[in-house]
Amino acid sequence: MTPDILLDFAATRVQQAAMRLLIIEDDRDAAEYLVKAFREVGHVADWAADGEDGLAHALDGAYDVLIVDRMVPKRDGLSVITALRAQKVETPVLILSALGQVDDRVKGLRAGGDDYLPKPYSFAELLARVEVLARRRGGRSEETSYRVGELELDRLSHTVKRGATEIDLQPREFRLLEYLMKHAGQVVTRTMLLENVWDYHFDPQTNVIDVHISRLRSKIDKGFAQPLLHTVRGAGYMIRDGVR
Amino acid sequence: MTAFAKLVRSTAFRMTLVYLVIFALYAASLLAYFAFNTGRLITEQITEAADAEIAHLTEQYTMGGLRQLVLIVENRALRPGSNLYLVMAPTGQALAGNVGSLAPGVIESTGWSETSYRRLDEQEVAEHTALVRVAQLSGGFRLLVGRDLDERARMRNIITAATRGSIALVVVLGLAGGFFVTRRVLKRFDAMTDTTQRIMAGDLSERLPVAGTDDELDRLAHNLNAMLERIEALMRGLKEVSDNIAHDLKTPLTRMRNRCEDALRMAKSDEDYRAALETTLDESDGLIRTFDALLMIARAESGQARDNMIDFDAGEIVRGVGELYEPLAEEKGLRLTIDAPEVVTIKGNRELLSQALANLLDNAIKYARPEDEVDLGVPPEIVLAARRKDDRVVLAVADRGPGIPEADRARVVERFVRLPQNMTQPGSGLGLSLAAAVARLHGGELMLEDNAPGLRAVIALPANFEAGARP
Repeated sequence: MTPDILLDFAATRVQQAAMRLLIIEDDRDAAEYLVKAFREVGHVADWAADGEDGLAHALDGAYDVLIVDRMVPKRDGLSVITALRAQKVETPVLILSALGQVDDRVKGLRAGGDDYLPKPYSFAELLARVEVLARRRGGRSEETSYRVGELELDRLSHTVKRGATEIDLQPREFRLLEYLMKHAGQVVTRTMLLENVWDYHFDPQTNVIDVHISRLRSKIDKGFAQPLLHTVRGAGYMIRDGVR
Repeated sequence: MTAFAKLVRSTAFRMTLVYLVIFALYAASLLAYFAFNTGRLITEQITEAADAEIAHLTEQYTMGGLRQLVLIVENRALRPGSNLYLVMAPTGQALAGNVGSLAPGVIESTGWSETSYRRLDEQEVAEHTALVRVAQLSGGFRLLVGRDLDERARMRNIITAATRGSIALVVVLGLAGGFFVTRRVLKRFDAMTDTTQRIMAGDLSERLPVAGTDDELDRLAHNLNAMLERIEALMRGLKEVSDNIAHDLKTPLTRMRNRCEDALRMAKSDEDYRAALETTLDESDGLIRTFDALLMIARAESGQARDNMIDFDAGEIVRGVGELYEPLAEEKGLRLTIDAPEVVTIKGNRELLSQALANLLDNAIKYARPEDEVDLGVPPEIVLAARRKDDRVVLAVADRGPGIPEADRARVVERFVRLPQNMTQPGSGLGLSLAAAVARLHGGELMLEDNAPGLRAVIALPANFEAGARP
């Protein structure tokens, strides 16, 4: 892999705006680790140790994303989310849970959560998801076309062009690129791709996603001087215009 | 609580008491009805007979005068067991008959009355009761005809005695019957209670006693036993999982620990530490993966996942999984063919079935040796099929790889079992276990067959699977 397409994690931090996060988590060590890790990448995180406290903070603080553990004292995570949604607080919520089962996930999303991450998780995975959630709030979600550098994807006519060259993609490759471009400039993990592009929530064991990515890369980057689809070491992928 | 108190407090005994009261009331009212009607019948007979006799005697008096009447009355009065007769002159002197004395005022009033009396021929002063009718004859004479009511009183006595006797009998028999029935039922309940207590104490292999009479208690016991069977199976599964976790997670944990220790002791530079940490992270990810797979298997085996079963096309998941793995197969020089020409609707957990299929396909790709396959004269291909065969839905992954020796086919489905020849490949030894557990969850089975050459892994499911039914 050329250094051009292999990004270090730190290199992806440049363009992220600082976020305000609230972490509702009863394990002190885990919470402190998260607060510190988020601070290192330029975000501000507050910590609430129980559901009641968390709900009070979430109701009056202007947070970009809430990170809610399912099992916290006084008031469980799901009921915090339900209470928030009843008060018309629409802050995106990511649920953390030790119960990583499919039906548990469905329950969490039904309660009003926006994303779900089973424990144990990697910080890179959590960060990528939180940043995507914060961006979703920014409202750039449903556009009819995406553009990254000279690469252009038209969702209506289902066409992809790089400069003047039209690129022929399979339907799934199109959806893969669409997801990456929708989150251009953000790290997208393999699990996020598997969930959002394929709608699978299981672990495919082998590096299937990597193979799909390298196929896509060969179609959109091959023969061009500037690669757009980057691999972020230890995290996932990112599509962005290299000239910056 | 004493045995007696327990018996008295039992539902069966209380029911017996209620029935007892109902039956006693029933018997009493039946006899009362009988007594009332019999009494009325007797009274009716007496009045009819007396009416007829008065009519006859009045006629005789009209035709033959007083003398004729007195003669007939005297004659009749002497017959044994005769009616009561009295002919009285206007002066109040008795002319004929067998009545010695009457209650005062009876003879003065015509018509029916009940009175105490004494017979003329009786010496003792015993008084009897009679129903009498007094008729006014011409010339101021009065005629009395009546009948002793002893018979009616006797009958009443008999019926009263019968009532008392039968109620006493009902109570005694009822109590005794209730006692025995209750004791029998109580014995069976006590046996069940004892068993459940032993089960609660931890012995899940105990079963409730079944009397073999197929009554409601037996049916209850059967159902509870079936429930226990299920609980025991679940507990066994859980225990097996925790045993496996203990055994098979400790190995990689030990490895990880050794590596950390080794790094602490031997590492000279930052790079050495970094390398050791990266390996540790990889291994911990592997552990998490194994842990998740074990939980998933346990969940499939417990049947919990039956809650979110929906109807969907099996061909759709075959195409979906095939599409996910197709680049991987291609990269390895394998041709992946999807054989799902028709819509095959099944009811199931889409996510779990997809994962089971993905595991089978992942194996087929992982263990394929395309160069060998060409040498064998077969194209290096994998066929992924969803077909309906009679009353089954068959999801199959057929490859041309090395296959699994027949002797090992049953074994490889077990958790953590990996064949020695495959140890060089990455894997947890849980893929086939999960596929088998998912097949069982849907009431079907996982079959490993010879594809001559290669392996054909088949998930065969019943087409009409009811999620509520037990496997």
